[in-house]
This record gives sequence, C-alpha cells and structure tokens, in this order.
Amino acid sequence: MAGENLTSSDYIKHHLTNLTYGQHPDGTWGIASGQEAAKEMGFWAVNIDTLGVSVILGCLFLFLFRKAASAPTTGVPTGWQNFVEMVLEFIDGSVKDSFNGRNPVIAPLALTIFVWIVLMNTMDLVPVDYIPHLGQLIGIPYLKVVPTTDPNLTFSLALAVFFLTIYYSIKVKGPGGFFAELAFHPFPKYMMPFNLLLELIALISKPISLALRLFGNMYAGEMIFILIALLPLGIQWTLSLPWAIFHILVVILQAFIFMTLTIVYLSMAHEENH
Amino acid sequence: MNINATLIGQTIAFFMFVWFCMKYVWPPLMAAMEERKSKIAEGLAAGERGQKEHELAEKRAKEVLQEARAEASDIINLANVRAGEMVEEAKGKAAEEAAKVKKGVEAEIEQEIASAREELRQQVSVLAISAAEKIIKSEIDASKHQVIIDDISGKLGAV
Repeated sequence: MAGENLTSSDYIKHHLTNLTYGQHPDGTWGIASGQEAAKEMGFWAVNIDTLGVSVILGCLFLFLFRKAASAPTTGVPTGWQNFVEMVLEFIDGSVKDSFNGRNPVIAPLALTIFVWIVLMNTMDLVPVDYIPHLGQLIGIPYLKVVPTTDPNLTFSLALAVFFLTIYYSIKVKGPGGFFAELAFHPFPKYMMPFNLLLELIALISKPISLALRLFGNMYAGEMIFILIALLPLGIQWTLSLPWAIFHILVVILQAFIFMTLTIVYLSMAHEENH
Repeated sequence: MNINATLIGQTIAFFMFVWFCMKYVWPPLMAAMEERKSKIAEGLAAGERGQKEHELAEKRAKEVLQEARAEASDIINLANVRAGEMVEEAKGKAAEEAAKVKKGVEAEIEQEIASAREELRQQVSVLAISAAEKIIKSEIDASKHQVIIDDISGKLGAV
C-alpha cells in the first residue's frame, strides 16, 4: 500500500511519526517535517494528532454517556441506556472489588480510563492506511491515529494516576504518615535511607509500568498491522483478520488492566497500614 | 515518539474528562440504577407479601369452612337429638292421654254400671213391692208397712 516512491522503511516510519507542532531550531513555529525535526523541537511541542484524536474520542465518550445519563429512566432501561448501565455496573463491580475506602472520584475515574482507553485502542482496528491517507489528501503530512501508541498519552494517564495516588496518600495519611510509609518499611527505622530508596523505586515504578504496558502492547499491535499492510494485497486479509480479531481482546484487556491497576494503586493510597 | 508538552495537555484533558464524568455522567446513572434496584426490591417484597397474604387468606378460609362444617354437624346432631326428644315427648303425652281417656271411659262405665244397678235395684224394689203388694194386698196396708219396705229396699241397695 506504500506509495510508488516509498520504501518499506519509509512507509513504516511515516506511520509511526506524530504530527508535531512546535518551535523549529531556527526560531519559527510550525509542523515538524519528520521524527528528527520533532526531536529538535525539544519538550515544548505538541503532538496534534494524539491530542486531537484523544480529545475527540474523549468528547465522544462523554457525549454518548451523557446522552444516557441526561434523562435516565428508572423503569426498564432500553437500548443505549441499557448498554451504558451494563458498563457502569461492570466498572462499579470492579471498583467495589478492589477499592475498600469511600471516594466518589474513584468510580468515575475508572469509568473514564476504561472507556477512553478502549475507544483509543479501538482506533487500532481502523485499517492502518485509511485515516493517514485521508489526512495526506487534505494536506496533513503525518497522522498517527492510535493515541495509545504515543508514549505521551500513556505517560500522561499514568502520571495523572500517580499524582492522584500521592495526593490521596497525603490526604488520608498526612504528610508524616506518607513519609513513614516510605521510610519505615520494610526494615526498621535505622535502615531508613535504604527503605526510602526501595520504596521510592517501588512508587515510581508503578506509573512507569502502567504507561509502558499500555504503550508497548498497542505499539506492537499497531506495528504488526503496519507490517501486514506491507504484504501483497491478496494475502493481507489472511493475517490481518486473525490479528484484528485477536486485537479486540487486547484492546479491551489492556484498558481493563490499566483501570484495575489504577484502582489498586489508589486503594493502596487510601489504606492506613501498609 | 518524543516526550513533549503533549504530556501536559493530555493530563489536563484527562482530568477534565474525569471531572465531567464525575459530575454529569456517573451520579445520575447511578442514582437511576439505585432507584430501579429499590423499586425492584419493593416489587419483589410486595409480591412476596401478597403471596403470604394469599396463603394466610387461604388458611383462614379453610378454617372458616371447617368451623362452618363443624357447626353444621353440631346443628344436625342437636336437631336429631331434639327430634328424638320430641318423639319421646309425644309418645309420653300420647300414652298419658290414652291413660286419661281410658280412665274417663272406665269411670263412665263404672258410673253407668252404678246407675244401671241403681235403676235395676229400684225396679227390683218396685217389682218386689208390687209383688209383695200383690201378695199381701189384702191384708197389709202399704202405709202401715212403709218402714219394712224401706228397710228391704235399703238392703237391696246395699247389694
């Protein structure tokens, strides 16, 4: 499916490049011409495609769920409301299973994470060339349509969860309690620096593993779709169909894992004794 | 693949989504589901209560029926007893009446016998007198011998 004058590696590279907006080294603002150019823009640049697709999908999620929530019937639910309630019931069950405290934020947070990630992962199932090609037709040079294959997104989610974990740890246990938890475990007090080192690594590894798990899974999945797209036209479907079917599982599973781990981390933040 | 400011934008967007979800999506749906849950629970409870009441009513009806049956049989028994009594009573009365009638009749017969005897006696006495008259007409004065005649008739009367 690659253009006539594109090599396979160019094609893959193109598919893995974000549409980055930022300041060029020469001082002008604009869209990066490639991965190297985007790297040169440094931190203060944004991936328009990631941000755009994720926000559109987020708004879609909120719009669709708000539609069900705006006038919910207490009688027999039908159609869309039924589905939404099923999802809510599922999330609520997951939260009640692993979260012991009482916090009105956790369940909506879990719902948002789950549905949003499912939607973003589902973009993976759109044939890899459709949207980037469409973008090229209207003059957009790069378009990476699966936001979860951008580490920026997965890390932002993980960081948000991380911040919430720290916030609730301090709120529930107090700054002293939080510090005590980090410093006085698992060894007695005289080993404090060692404890602190251990616990800090454990603390920081949580968001990193959370972000990298989702990113890795979706990136690999997307990569395989791209590789399949490089095959001759006639046999593509023999591979892409099974992979897509398998990927449906991955899409839901990764969202579920992300959500469950978020709940578990926040539950740990709420627990007084370690 | 570079980490850049997208990170910050995404985090902000994420928090906004969570806030919206927390404010406008989760509570109304949960409230509706809770309300439905309580409605269903109420319905089930009402159904159960209705069934229990039905069972109770059935039991009560059975009891009433049984009572009525018992009462009916009591009444029948009582009636039977009463009927027997009445028959007995009637029998007694009839016997009494019969005895009375018999007694009356007997008395009447007695009286009749007595009066017949009286008459007979008188006739006999008259006959005796007339016979005696005839026999002793010539020599005995009726008025002179009245005492003797009376004596005889009195003796006849004693028979």
